[in-house]
Amino acid sequence: MTATDPVGTDGPTPAAAPTSRRVLAQAAFEARMILRNGEQVLVAVVIPVLALVGLVQGTFIEIDTDGRSRVDYMLPGVLALAVMTASFTSQAIATAFDRRNGVLRLMATTPLGRGGLLAGKVLGVLAVEAVQVVLICAAALALGWEPSLSGVVPALVGVVLGTAAFTALALLVAGTLRAEAVLALANLLLLVLALGGGVIVPAGRLPGPLAAVASWLPSGALGDLLRGALLDGTLPLLPALVLAVWTVVLGGLAARLFRWH
Amino acid sequence: MPHSPAVEVHGLVKKYAGRAVVDGLDLSAAAGCVTAVLGPNGAGKTTTVECCEGLRVPDGGTVRVLGLDPVADGPALRPAVGVMLQDGGLPTGVRAREMLDHVARMYAHPLDTDALAERLGLGTFARTTVRRLSGGQRQRLALAVAVVGRPRVVFLDEPSAGMDPQSRLAVWELVRELRDGGAAVILTTHLMEEAEDLADQVVVVDHGAVIAHGTVPELLATDVDPRGSATLVVHTATDVDPTSLRDRLGTGFAVDRRSGASLSVTGAVGSSTIAAVTGWLAERDVLVTRLDLGRRTLEDVFLDLTGRSLR
Repeated sequence: MTATDPVGTDGPTPAAAPTSRRVLAQAAFEARMILRNGEQVLVAVVIPVLALVGLVQGTFIEIDTDGRSRVDYMLPGVLALAVMTASFTSQAIATAFDRRNGVLRLMATTPLGRGGLLAGKVLGVLAVEAVQVVLICAAALALGWEPSLSGVVPALVGVVLGTAAFTALALLVAGTLRAEAVLALANLLLLVLALGGGVIVPAGRLPGPLAAVASWLPSGALGDLLRGALLDGTLPLLPALVLAVWTVVLGGLAARLFRWH
Repeated sequence: MPHSPAVEVHGLVKKYAGRAVVDGLDLSAAAGCVTAVLGPNGAGKTTTVECCEGLRVPDGGTVRVLGLDPVADGPALRPAVGVMLQDGGLPTGVRAREMLDHVARMYAHPLDTDALAERLGLGTFARTTVRRLSGGQRQRLALAVAVVGRPRVVFLDEPSAGMDPQSRLAVWELVRELRDGGAAVILTTHLMEEAEDLADQVVVVDHGAVIAHGTVPELLATDVDPRGSATLVVHTATDVDPTSLRDRLGTGFAVDRRSGASLSVTGAVGSSTIAAVTGWLAERDVLVTRLDLGRRTLEDVFLDLTGRSLR
């Protein structure tokens, strides 16, 4: 310690940094932690890109694309999958281990506080999603995707609504279960929802009773919303409403049941 | 001093699943003082400091830190309070120096992190991730994180756990410096040595309540021997059977064999008693390595207060 900067109460009165600086610092920190973790990058970026390439190039799989190109048809589902990996799987696992290791409690005692920690986490997820969207769209363009500008705003609304619902689910799971259980559940649920939850395969095309259920799931609603946005340039209202209701219900449960210890 | 004492706890009650782990605890910690909360595992030490840190909501009683309620006034209080958790609270994937710099960003006027890192010897593992740090390195990093915001009140939960002697000395030195700089330092420990060397005030906690408090000399002066007599403790180079010493000293003295190569003589110990004991040992060609008169250790006090049986 230098003579001009001793520990103790002689220095400046302790004060918090401005709220925006604290939250942005936490967001950057969260995004760095996720993007530095090899497994997280695999789940969040590599798997969606591989899924897109495989679904577009793997012509041995018969897909009815409603007269669209394969890449145009598959891209919305892959983006929905990417949103789910970042806002649900990776967030649930990271938060569960941070909770077990006391990280949530330590940061809650700093000027960041619990509210700032939550805001930082959500912004961090959005930053990771920005990286995902750029990489996946670049891959899609390389595969011949023909974007239309009219779909951009509704698609962004869809990403934000989907992020809200799945982050709420991530916090509910991470705040109530043991870290190891969260690790297993978050991966399993991602797989189940990706295959049978109306993400890649639209809810309406799923077999039998799944078709009726999937469009009411957050996964199916997110898939339908992004397909409406990117294929038709519209914002489908029912899926948006479904995601909003899930966000309120899951967020309310998470707020009531989340345990910090 | 704007708030004296810096930390004031009255009648604190905290229950887990209906069972009170803290039950009517009172505590007061002054600015410019190190207050040690000493107690066996499960005594309620961590729960008490977590209530002071705003991490747990008390079921009863009042907690005031710098005159504020840690839960209701959290945003106003947090910039002035530094916390070192028992389980560290450091993310495993983060590099040591990165974590310190990150927490420093939460404060308007943090300490210079270069100087702080050098001070606590973080330089040798600055780019190592927390997952790969030793226990002592983690504790030093956690302490740096706790003090980087220039806190007025510092809570350290078992700061020396898992530390090598060098780390411990560095930590103790920083704790003294914080105190001398006017901060209130509250540390929990079950290490007698730590409380004895560092603390200005010791609060002994057991079963969720305070069973003794005072300065270290006050606690050591507590006389639990009903005869009010002194105890002479003789450490020897080799083990020795004290039976014939009992005959030599007579019935006025209690002679006990202590753990290892040491024995104790309790009674009206005077200079003739000491001469008799050393003479008896010389006859047996046993070398005296240390001789303590009347000085009980905090450990003796602690064991007298909390009981010697395992639990």
